Amino acid sequence: MLKSYLVVELLKLLAAGMLLISFALLATRRTQRLIMLFAGQGAILFLSTCLVAHDAGLTELYFSAALTLLLKVVLLPLILHGLLHRLGAQWDNERLVHVPATMLAGLVLVVLAFGLAQPISMLATTIMRHTVGIALAVILLSFLMMITRRKAVSQVIGFLAMENGLFFAATSATYGMPMVIELGIALDLLVAVFILGIFFFQIREQFDSLDLHHLETLKEE
Amino acid sequence: MNGIAFVWQFLEVVLAIALAPLFTGWIAQCRAWMQNRSAPPLLQPYRMLRKLFHKEAVLAEHASPLLRAAPYALFGAMVLAAAIIPSFVTDLPFARAADAIALIGLFATARVCQALAAMDIGSAFGTMGARREMMIGFLAEPAILMVFFNAFLLFGTTALTGVVDNYASHPSVVDPSVIFAAIGFVMVLLAENARIPIDNPATHLELTMIHEAMVLEYSGRHLALIEWAASLKLFNYACIGIALFLPWGIAIHGAGLGHVLFALAALIVKLAVCGAALALIESLSAKLRLFRAPEFLAMAFLIAVLGLLVHLLMGANTSA
Repeated sequence: MLKSYLVVELLKLLAAGMLLISFALLATRRTQRLIMLFAGQGAILFLSTCLVAHDAGLTELYFSAALTLLLKVVLLPLILHGLLHRLGAQWDNERLVHVPATMLAGLVLVVLAFGLAQPISMLATTIMRHTVGIALAVILLSFLMMITRRKAVSQVIGFLAMENGLFFAATSATYGMPMVIELGIALDLLVAVFILGIFFFQIREQFDSLDLHHLETLKEE
Repeated sequence: MNGIAFVWQFLEVVLAIALAPLFTGWIAQCRAWMQNRSAPPLLQPYRMLRKLFHKEAVLAEHASPLLRAAPYALFGAMVLAAAIIPSFVTDLPFARAADAIALIGLFATARVCQALAAMDIGSAFGTMGARREMMIGFLAEPAILMVFFNAFLLFGTTALTGVVDNYASHPSVVDPSVIFAAIGFVMVLLAENARIPIDNPATHLELTMIHEAMVLEYSGRHLALIEWAASLKLFNYACIGIALFLPWGIAIHGAGLGHVLFALAALIVKLAVCGAALALIESLSAKLRLFRAPEFLAMAFLIAVLGLLVHLLMGANTSA
């Protein structure tokens, strides 16, 4: 009983860390630091999944935790770093519109997410049911990040962070998804990053920059 | 309450006054190591103070008494603050006089004194520094209040000693909101003490300086007192941070002599670690433009509010 209580406290702490990283993602200007933050979020996800697996005694969750570690902490950040390097965009700084306003919107989203999660967490029986709200908040904050960003790379990172939030929601509400689905999603993510990497090069070739607002004006020749 | 409490109180204040320059020197040394420079001696701030106390104090011709009185008021406010903050014992008779909100008021009083004194002569740099300092101050105060509210909400009291007492007796529970509060607090600490992302304490470039611009008119013993008060302020903030977020090992009410000595040793170790961490943060970050400072402090405020939200909402979920 006492041990389980400690696990719940630790999970809450990790969930708070995840939320904090989501806010940091909203406010960071440097693209390289965004990738590091994304890797950190993956690491927190790995730790929390391991804790849940240990507490619930589910072996398959260990596999999905290992998958998280391999894909989101090691592989995807490495690929993104490589892409940045080849694009020559390592030191890119992004202009953000009014960070405090964005963060204020984020706060509103957090309240909304907790309100939405209340019925779900009352139905759930897992030990992580208190953190469903945070998982939803992470998803919504990643949406917000994708809306406020202009650079292609940061939008992709927002997309990946959203997947982190979804995964976290799945583990906290229902002890994770079936293995087949998880493997499928992992493969999808990997492929998505490859394809988006090709897009980066195409976009840059067309417009000489990774700024996506060039895509908003269509011109017929 | 007994007589020994007054002894601890006295000892605590004397210790704060004596150790504050050492803490500043330690941070400077760590910074020098991290930046591959040869470090100034650890006791350099004491030598500086000694030199300044031996020099003649020169005052401008048109100076009002305010300019002369401000350094003493500043130093007095910081000493009083050191008496309220529980650094290694919580059984402090003085602490009953003021809670944490009054403590913020005390810091604000000191700030206003210094800003007024800086405007007194009417030189351009002093006025500019005072205005910048007031801008930073009015943005930092709500943020630090929010950080304190996190702790108040957790422990149901606004007295700093009460918070630490409660905290130290339930060491196993670390509420998630503490992480947010701690990050907000560090950001405010950096801004309030003229550290690097906001102000560079070692700068000699007039256009970027805040704290230094305000003390340009001072010399001799007045400057010594102001410098000493500045290091006391940093020491006080570090002690607040340690009391709120790392209170393990502090001697709570009714502790014996052995425990107090242990708490003292723990405090010194914690201060050394915190100083190194501060130096690391300062070495890793670049100074922000002045117009980025509101953004930085607004972020500190919002992170602290987020802590409150997480505490309230997660708590609500637990009870449901």
